[in-house]
Amino acid sequence: MDIPRHWRLNKQRYALTGEVCPHCDAKIFPPRDVCPECGGEAKTEFEFSGKGEVYSFTDIYNAPEGFEETIPYTVALVKLDEGPVVTAQLTDIGDRGVEIGMPVEMITRKLRSDGDERGLLVYGYKFRPQVSV
Amino acid sequence: MDNEQTKDKVMKPSLPVGIVGYGAYVPQYRLPATEISRIWRGGLSIEPILEKSVPGIDEDVITMSIEAARNTLMRAEVDPQDIRAVWVGSESHPYAVKPTSTIVAEALGITPYTQAADMEFACKAGSEAMVTAMAMVGSGMGRYALAIGMDTAQGKPGDVLEYTTAAGGGAFLIGPAEESLAVIDGVTSYVTDTPDFWRREHQKYPEHGGRFTGQPAYFKHILNAVNTLLDELGTTPAEYDFVIFHQPNTKFPQRVAKELGFTPSQLETGLLSPRIGNTYAGSSLIGLTAVLDQAEPGDRILMASFGSGAGSDALSFQVTEEILSRKGKAFSTEDYISRRTEIDYAQYARMRGKITLK
Ligand SMILES: [Zn+2]
Repeated sequence: MDIPRHWRLNKQRYALTGEVCPHCDAKIFPPRDVCPECGGEAKTEFEFSGKGEVYSFTDIYNAPEGFEETIPYTVALVKLDEGPVVTAQLTDIGDRGVEIGMPVEMITRKLRSDGDERGLLVYGYKFRPQVSV
Repeated sequence: MDNEQTKDKVMKPSLPVGIVGYGAYVPQYRLPATEISRIWRGGLSIEPILEKSVPGIDEDVITMSIEAARNTLMRAEVDPQDIRAVWVGSESHPYAVKPTSTIVAEALGITPYTQAADMEFACKAGSEAMVTAMAMVGSGMGRYALAIGMDTAQGKPGDVLEYTTAAGGGAFLIGPAEESLAVIDGVTSYVTDTPDFWRREHQKYPEHGGRFTGQPAYFKHILNAVNTLLDELGTTPAEYDFVIFHQPNTKFPQRVAKELGFTPSQLETGLLSPRIGNTYAGSSLIGLTAVLDQAEPGDRILMASFGSGAGSDALSFQVTEEILSRKGKAFSTEDYISRRTEIDYAQYARMRGKITLK
């Protein structure tokens, strides 16, 4: 149980808030205050669109503690439209199956229950296949 | 009766207010009613709806509210920091103690200078949040207030309620009339102490009064709320383009519409229960989102919620020109309803936590 850590991460985890570099315009996620492209200081908040595509993925059958209820599930590297690659669980796959290059979008879901049924619920971003309109 | 006295039951804000943005959410899983009949009735049953929506294992009222409200803010295009209240009406808040509303507010960038509270009144909790938001904006205390009605309703396995208890709802940003896509004419609320449906603390499933849920509860409260509103606003059913009622099944809203003098075509657009079930606090609100998706400037809309215990809020709206540019800015309610993955009873039992791992 790590309540202060969850609390500090809430903003970036609920809404995919990262940073944009004022020197070279690189989009940064997760926020680290230093631009990985040019090394300059980058503290300007940036809200990602949440759209991206599956870069790589793996299916999980033996889940770590706290994730047992959702097996089997898929963890993917998602390349965001703005550039950065993030690791996240995929959800709402249904009967579709996952493919590299599949367009996905960010949503906020329940990640796990911290500890047993008495613990804190942890929410955060996952990605689902883009809803077609 | 004194005429002056009878004309003040309708509630109107001091400043004109309306809906600046709206959004819906329905999870993608569907359990056909025939699956419940197969398991519990040997396949023999009269099913009250075709199928109901079921939330995924990682969904609850908090995650569903966040998505509906994101759609609302995409349509409203206001700075989240200008929102002074987030009120979430539900009877399935994930925590017994710890507000849903603070998590939703944080995820949407509305925190920290805002009111945040969870509302409860069975299926009326969502419209309760809307009316309270209208009061806040209409008094000038805040420019915008966010009202959400959302549920992941549960019925006892095998009970008649299991056919219809569903997941989904709607979110509305209430703001000044001049920015609104639909302006509120007035609200009438009709509430009495009626024991038609209840759930005691620590009980997983609700109890209900069987046939007692109909006439003295659903029909009496909606008829009184709507008739009083129409009477005091001086409008007639024929003047409305759309009407939405709380929809615990298919028949009740059809019957109450007929008794009030509305036609099936006025009811059709907002009647979603046959395809998604009863979304409780979200039920009439998501019906309103489906209507707004189809509405044109000048249309009049009447919505009446119902919550056991019991009460009904009746709301009358007029649609403005703003609807034209706003409705296409987020997923429509139909986008979510037609995003459909059918499941069987075993998958449903797992998703709804009816299979325990320890
Ligand atoms: Zn840089």
